[in-house]
Amino acid sequence: MSTDTDTTPASAGVTTLTPAVVIVGAGPSGLSAARELAPRVGGEVLVLDRESTAGGIPRHSDHPGYGIRDMRRFMSGPAYARRLVEQARAAGATIRTNATVTGWAGERTLEVTTPQGRLRVEAGAVVLATGARERPRPGRLIPGDRGRGVYTTGHLQNIVHLQHGKVGRRAVIAGAELVSWSAALTLREAGCATVLMTTEYPRPDSYALFNIGGRAFFRPRIATRTRVSRIIGKPDLRAVEIENLDTGARRIVECDTLVLTGDWIPDHELARAAGITLDPGTKGPLVDSAFRTDRPGVFAVGNLLHPVDTADIAAIDGARAARSVLAWLNGGSTPDGQVRLVAEAPFRWVTPEVIRRGDPAPARRRLLLWSDRFIPFPRVVLRQDGKVVARKRLWWPASPGRVFRVPSIMLTSVNPQGGPVSIGVED
Amino acid sequence: MSTTDRNTTANGDASATFDVVVIGAGIVGSAIARKLAGHELSVALLDARNDVGDGTSKANTAILHTGFDAKPGTLESRLVREGYHLLSDYAERTGIPIERTGALLVAWNDEELEALPGLKEKAERNGYDRTEIVGPAEVYRQVPHLGEGALGGLTVPDESVICTWTTNLALATDAVRRGVTLLLNRRVEAVEERGGTTVLRTTGGDVTTRWVVNAAGLGSDVIDRMFGHDRFTVTPRRGELLVYDKLARPLADRIILPVPTSRGKGVLISPTVYGNVLLGPTAEDLTDRTDTGTSEKGIAFLLEKGRKLMPELLEEEVTATYAGLRAASDHSDYVIDADARRRYVLAGGIRSTGLTAGIAIAEYVAGLAGEAGLELVPREDLPEPPRMPNLGEAFPRPYQDAARIAADPAYGRVVCFCERVTAGEIRDAFRSPIPPAGLEGLRRRTRAMNGRCQGFFCGAEVGRLMESRGADACGPRVPHENREHGGERRSPEARR
Repeated sequence: MSTDTDTTPASAGVTTLTPAVVIVGAGPSGLSAARELAPRVGGEVLVLDRESTAGGIPRHSDHPGYGIRDMRRFMSGPAYARRLVEQARAAGATIRTNATVTGWAGERTLEVTTPQGRLRVEAGAVVLATGARERPRPGRLIPGDRGRGVYTTGHLQNIVHLQHGKVGRRAVIAGAELVSWSAALTLREAGCATVLMTTEYPRPDSYALFNIGGRAFFRPRIATRTRVSRIIGKPDLRAVEIENLDTGARRIVECDTLVLTGDWIPDHELARAAGITLDPGTKGPLVDSAFRTDRPGVFAVGNLLHPVDTADIAAIDGARAARSVLAWLNGGSTPDGQVRLVAEAPFRWVTPEVIRRGDPAPARRRLLLWSDRFIPFPRVVLRQDGKVVARKRLWWPASPGRVFRVPSIMLTSVNPQGGPVSIGVED
Repeated sequence: MSTTDRNTTANGDASATFDVVVIGAGIVGSAIARKLAGHELSVALLDARNDVGDGTSKANTAILHTGFDAKPGTLESRLVREGYHLLSDYAERTGIPIERTGALLVAWNDEELEALPGLKEKAERNGYDRTEIVGPAEVYRQVPHLGEGALGGLTVPDESVICTWTTNLALATDAVRRGVTLLLNRRVEAVEERGGTTVLRTTGGDVTTRWVVNAAGLGSDVIDRMFGHDRFTVTPRRGELLVYDKLARPLADRIILPVPTSRGKGVLISPTVYGNVLLGPTAEDLTDRTDTGTSEKGIAFLLEKGRKLMPELLEEEVTATYAGLRAASDHSDYVIDADARRRYVLAGGIRSTGLTAGIAIAEYVAGLAGEAGLELVPREDLPEPPRMPNLGEAFPRPYQDAARIAADPAYGRVVCFCERVTAGEIRDAFRSPIPPAGLEGLRRRTRAMNGRCQGFFCGAEVGRLMESRGADACGPRVPHENREHGGERRSPEARR
């Protein structure tokens, strides 16, 4: 690692680092990228994370279900996070925590604040692995009082698992998808009963595993086609008003805790600050199947691209992106010509958004999509220049609240010189 | 959060007889207490809440007004004009962040367009002659992201945005440093005249004083009646606001104002000194003086207005919604008056312009009190005004300051990622002359948890620092691990 401390007055006390690769975010995708890159790169692979402990979101998801697809194991979130950290370190990557990237100072140069001082990180390649967060109450525009006791899952799990703090006794969970069950588990551990889960969809959306397990375990009531329409109580939450979306009927449910789950948005601030083009659907960087953004040498991986898929899928992104990063460092060029992939209703987004002939297939040979509607066996259709180029019935459902996967082999018949390809469904 | 362990400043000794008690520790009350404490007087600043600036002063549009659109000839017009300059100077000395953004009134129909010359003339009658009427091309040059259909506008180059929280805190801190006793958690419930002194019966015990200044904002009419007057009624007017993410800031680099017409006031779009964009406010008269909740109707109204004003803004994330109550009264001007017999001064009916006018109001109130018999002997030994921590995006903040981090690593430990608030700043807030009494107070002093994640990442850690009152800010909770390439050290998790 080359280090020198600049002594010019303008940047006095700023330390310059020049790693081969800097990875922003030490969650599953960033750590997996680091693990694959560190043994193969001549210079340093530096992972920066603003938290005081590396590992990302799984650190505070203290329940099993992690590591299935990437490690072929079934482990708890914290154990999975520890393993990812150990692997990255064993591979030779440097992980710096309490290191907050605050902006860009060049194409691939980052400004960083740490307790050890300000850093200027001039890297050969940058991998953005900043993840996603749940939309908090203001972003959901839920009216009412500003009572204490309203959390996102992330906030709740931070309090319970990392800080061992207290929450209330009676909770309402907004959302009935995978992460909502994770919140229910956490509440249970904290001694707080889940009295109701709400979902705007006609059916709960999470995985069958969690539904069967969850139902048997908690027997919470799930109110489908409902939303939280008002928050009541200050300084402490007393109740929420629930609206039935079909009838408009409203009722009051007493609770002292409200957990707002799901409704993910990528942490795309750094990407936007760089002027990197975002996909309007995912709101994450627009990437090709090699995880390139439109800024040369800047890559993006994980749930920053697909808010949100499971941690193992994010990890697989990171591992696969390593090849592209290596190719860039070795002077490889981006293939000419590209085809834009565009989601059509009921799909909200599709990623990767750009397909190039000559690039590797998408991770796990799957396109990732988000559906706003439940479709048991969707017939997926690709259209290009006014013609259907592929059509395929899939034997798994498209369901709101989780990623829908489409085999990328459907892209085979796409004309690489043609116009944008839309991806939708036929009834 | 416990309020029993507050320091002595904030829970000062109320047993003595004060020369003056100022009721209300908002911007106006704090400014008055500070002003009076510049004289040989014992002064107390009293508030019903557990913190200064927890009423109307905390939730407004945070605009430093030139007073261009005040009603000419009113006391409000004069005090806003004077206050603009007084607060600008004070901000310079104390470090209250101000951004000289300027404002643009935008006309969307013929009626509004025709109103512009009248507004320009009104501004001139208010002593402000720098407005300019501009055509649609100039409007879109100044605000390229404005929605379609603007017909023209009026520029007000000196309207600015300011930090209302720091303004209030600076004035109150300055007052305390000048020897003012801060008496929090004391709601005045009754007033008794007792042989040349006034006893304020409060929820925190009796407070005895020779003079009383009523700057109680939303409660000022109630206090006024306790002194035997019946001259105005406060109608709380709720203003709901949406705060958009910092990523929206490039869309609006100046204040975009509606043209007031017969059909009422529209909503504004304004940058904030924290780097966000405001959309609002609504205007809804209420009877409940505590209802600062947001409403479905209010939010829908703002979204509808915003969609026309700046459609791109609505694509951005909302990071906060809040509602403030303006202390609107049935008078069209401030109601500031001294009652020599009761040794009592009222500063009531102060609307949102009180942020700008506060210091001028204080000068005026001191003058009135002096004329009514309060002896004002200037002090020679006044301390310098405090230097306040900077909450503004336009000025350097600790996380950016390499020299400061090198001297104190706590300024390099970012706790609130979205707002980039460091552990050092949280610690400093608790060590300040007026420490926060709870999370809301900490937010106003540091911006912690005010950002886009609203605590998803930092809420638990900020809560923990609250419990310890920032005491363990100096070192990270989990030791930082800085290893050389390939270096191996067991992770903190692995040690468990």
